[in-house]
Amino acid sequence: MSTIPRSVPPAPAVGGALLAGGPQRPYRPAPRRDSVSSWRWRHRAAYGACWAAGLSLCLIAVAILGYMAVEGVQYLSLEMLVTRPEPSLDQAQTGGILDPILGTLILTVMAILIATPLGAVAAIWIVEYGRPRWLARTIESGIEVVAGTPDIVLAIFGLAIFQLPLFAPLSFTADGGGVFGRSFFAASAMLSLIAIPMVFSATREGLLQVPAHVREASWALGKTRICTIRSVLLPVVRRHIATGSTLGMGRIVGDTAIVVVLLGGSLQITPVGDVPVLDVLKGSGSTLTTYVYNASPAGEGNAPQKAYAAAFVLLVLVLLLNAVATSIGKRSSPLEAHS
Amino acid sequence: MFRRLREPWTDRQAAWRLGAVSCLVLLVILLMVVFVAVKAWPTLSNNGGVGWLGPGEDVDKQMSAMLTTSRHPDSSVYHLDAWPLVYGTILTTIVAVGFGLVFSVLAAIFIVEFAPEWLRRLVVPAVRLLAAIPSVVYGLVGILVLVPFVNEHLISAERRKEVEYVVQLTGTGVLVACLVLTVMVTPIMIAIVVDALRSIPTAWTEGATALGANRWEAMWTVSVRAARPAIVAAAVLAGARAVGEAVMISMVSGSRGFSPNLMDGLTYLFEPFRTVAASMIEQVDGLNAPAISSSVYAMALLLLFSSLVLSIGGYVAKLPMRRQGMRV
Amino acid sequence: MNRSDHLDPPGAFDPREAIFQEDGSALDPPTLPPPVRRVRVDQTPVAVPPETDRFVPVRDRVSGPERMRVDHLTVRYGDAAAVKDVSLPIHQGEVLALIGPSGCGKTTLLRTLNRLTETTESASRDGGVLLDGQEVEQIDPTALRRRVAMVFQQPNPFPMSIFDNVAYAIRVQNKKTPRRRELEPQVIDALRRAGLYDEVADGLDRPALRLSGGQQQRLCIARAIATRPEVLLMDEPCSALDPKSTAVIEALIGELRRDLAVVIVTHNLAQAHRVADKVAFMFLGDLVEYGDVQQVFEAPVAHRTRDYVAGAFG
Repeated sequence: MSTIPRSVPPAPAVGGALLAGGPQRPYRPAPRRDSVSSWRWRHRAAYGACWAAGLSLCLIAVAILGYMAVEGVQYLSLEMLVTRPEPSLDQAQTGGILDPILGTLILTVMAILIATPLGAVAAIWIVEYGRPRWLARTIESGIEVVAGTPDIVLAIFGLAIFQLPLFAPLSFTADGGGVFGRSFFAASAMLSLIAIPMVFSATREGLLQVPAHVREASWALGKTRICTIRSVLLPVVRRHIATGSTLGMGRIVGDTAIVVVLLGGSLQITPVGDVPVLDVLKGSGSTLTTYVYNASPAGEGNAPQKAYAAAFVLLVLVLLLNAVATSIGKRSSPLEAHS
Repeated sequence: MFRRLREPWTDRQAAWRLGAVSCLVLLVILLMVVFVAVKAWPTLSNNGGVGWLGPGEDVDKQMSAMLTTSRHPDSSVYHLDAWPLVYGTILTTIVAVGFGLVFSVLAAIFIVEFAPEWLRRLVVPAVRLLAAIPSVVYGLVGILVLVPFVNEHLISAERRKEVEYVVQLTGTGVLVACLVLTVMVTPIMIAIVVDALRSIPTAWTEGATALGANRWEAMWTVSVRAARPAIVAAAVLAGARAVGEAVMISMVSGSRGFSPNLMDGLTYLFEPFRTVAASMIEQVDGLNAPAISSSVYAMALLLLFSSLVLSIGGYVAKLPMRRQGMRV
Repeated sequence: MNRSDHLDPPGAFDPREAIFQEDGSALDPPTLPPPVRRVRVDQTPVAVPPETDRFVPVRDRVSGPERMRVDHLTVRYGDAAAVKDVSLPIHQGEVLALIGPSGCGKTTLLRTLNRLTETTESASRDGGVLLDGQEVEQIDPTALRRRVAMVFQQPNPFPMSIFDNVAYAIRVQNKKTPRRRELEPQVIDALRRAGLYDEVADGLDRPALRLSGGQQQRLCIARAIATRPEVLLMDEPCSALDPKSTAVIEALIGELRRDLAVVIVTHNLAQAHRVADKVAFMFLGDLVEYGDVQQVFEAPVAHRTRDYVAGAFG
């Protein structure tokens, strides 16, 4: 197997090539790289399959977005955004999407107002205190379970809860005593459940990234743990809480099942009672998602143009929220700036 | 009381108060399971436990019969044979997760290894975008684009006539539903697998390269193999999402409580069906009827149980990997 | 021994010498910054002609044919040169030790031998590296790495069974994946030559990550030699191990060199002295000295070498 090497090249003069300014560079042919064409056919097929998967992914994304953009912009008009929808058989009189937009906004704000404190507090307690250990682990698993539950199950559960007489003031009560159980209150309560896991994991990640010496320095100065959390840690993880909230908002805006079940079926916002703000919250309405669902051939209405327009607004909203979340997440934290 | 809350908290107080708030989540889950089980009890008891999952008469007829009942119906109304729904759920989940997993692993390898930098910067946001799109938009695209396409171009007149006496083929059905569901669950899986592949220690990939493996081999035999726990986790997550998907399926599946018959050959792909989750969302209007209500809660219990089964399945799948010394 | 006076300019101040005043008392030597010593290559390292046997080394070694040759190799990362115009021969039957302080380019040189430097984007190369007379850049990388194998500093067994680890290279190198029955004798032979077989014979399917550090490194050596390479490159193979495992691996190297050429990078001068036949001392990318281990350690030619190995062996 061994070969006697060919003639050894002559040794350069004393002093070496460095001092002489370097020898003339001989022509060097290009190196033989590891090229795909030299692989076995199986590997080449796999290489091709990977490229196909990647490219088709791009294509699908572009196709969906492009199609929605084209169709949506076509049917969307400023007038639509500010007109209330009307239930009507005549396509031309079905109005705009103002109420669905308002409905989405109300629900999102309410739900995130519930979810953010709950998620952040849970994360803070688990990371900073976390005793007894079994309880902390159970709560963590519990939040994972909630994150994995289908939203339709949460919706049905919400219905079961809010139809109890205990929660009658939160929705409409029929004359026979039956609690309707569907209102903005009910929907936002259940929607907050799907946002809590996102706020929780984002906050927990942020807290775990804070190095131990920051906390220890604060404790060494005599501050209690809770004071440390409030004055030292919270400003640092604010960014993470914001990211988690924004991601949660993206999920809330896009959720349909919970809203379909828990918001009643009315197209317009229908207040219940006389109290100024509470009547709206106790009443029913629609959101962009239910509007799209109902306006599509699958629902009652049959207004594909309106469905496209509303879906376009919905898509823009969701993508905007995700982009904001990513940009908040990318900004450097105060800790990194100083380290 | 609020004044007391405003005074500086001691650590012990803080631990208690924060802990109590954290326990709310546990409370919610417990309540959820209890309530759903209680409300589902009539259906479970009248059908002998899990008998309602079996095949039998037309489930659509049964459920519409349930709609028009009085406040306290007798027990025969509760009879339910929901096998077609369960079959639909299993079918779509297995197809979506199966194809999606293969597609995701290949796409993840592409993103991590083979894609040139400029293309990677396009594909990664594309994946994030696809993951963020709400399911109702997927359903809309499905029903307004794919369904008419399938209806006009893929279903021939003879095929339609063949099964006319049983079902109407309108383009909605197994094919479109499985296709859209696969596209829906793939981005989540890609994100998880890419994260896992990126975190493989370079010592392993470099070692493989030094032994003469080319880029594909080093990736496949070492990185993907080491990322198997993450792949299992991705499959479990995707499975949970597929099982619980209600809105999109109800828009594109044709919504018939009908088990597509494999014996029909290719027509199988175009037959309408329905899943458990889709049935739940479609019966929202009829929830006042006690029999419907109890059936829907029984389905909710089934979905909860299936999430649990998926998690256990994932744990079991990771056990042999644990033995190899990998951190799972 | 001629103390290369041409290196230090005449009249140079040596701060180690005390300053004597007129009355004979000595002042403490003032602290000045050390003088700048220019590094010069005294002697261009030449391929040792076959008459090397004349040196009659203590180890009674007969080195085999030249397997690899490094010819005026320059490796740059971006604009900075990590290896500057180095030429070395690598013979079968010999252990060549590359020694030198951190950052002198010895690891870069080692990795260039099996083209691993190409994985770094900014790396570029000038000069030649020949394997059996053929330029390595013209050999298919996969084929090259079958003939020039590498063992890394940190043991890096794959998360597979011991058998699969050792069989990995064989499976990768074969067009048709061989079956287990065909692989087994080769795997067992590799494990035997690595001195690991006795310890793992009863459980070849056990996970490799459960082995101890020294065993993992021997497993990596077994994996590297499974395809019967011609040259074995070792990048500080014992630096992460305890002394006992180190001793075992050094004995192993002594046995392996019969069939292979071994190039070992090491920080440990005692180890170089024990294990090597030829030593190349590098500093800041230059090859300062190359020669027999006896000569380099006991009578180094270059001033730099003398400074580096001083104190190691008195």
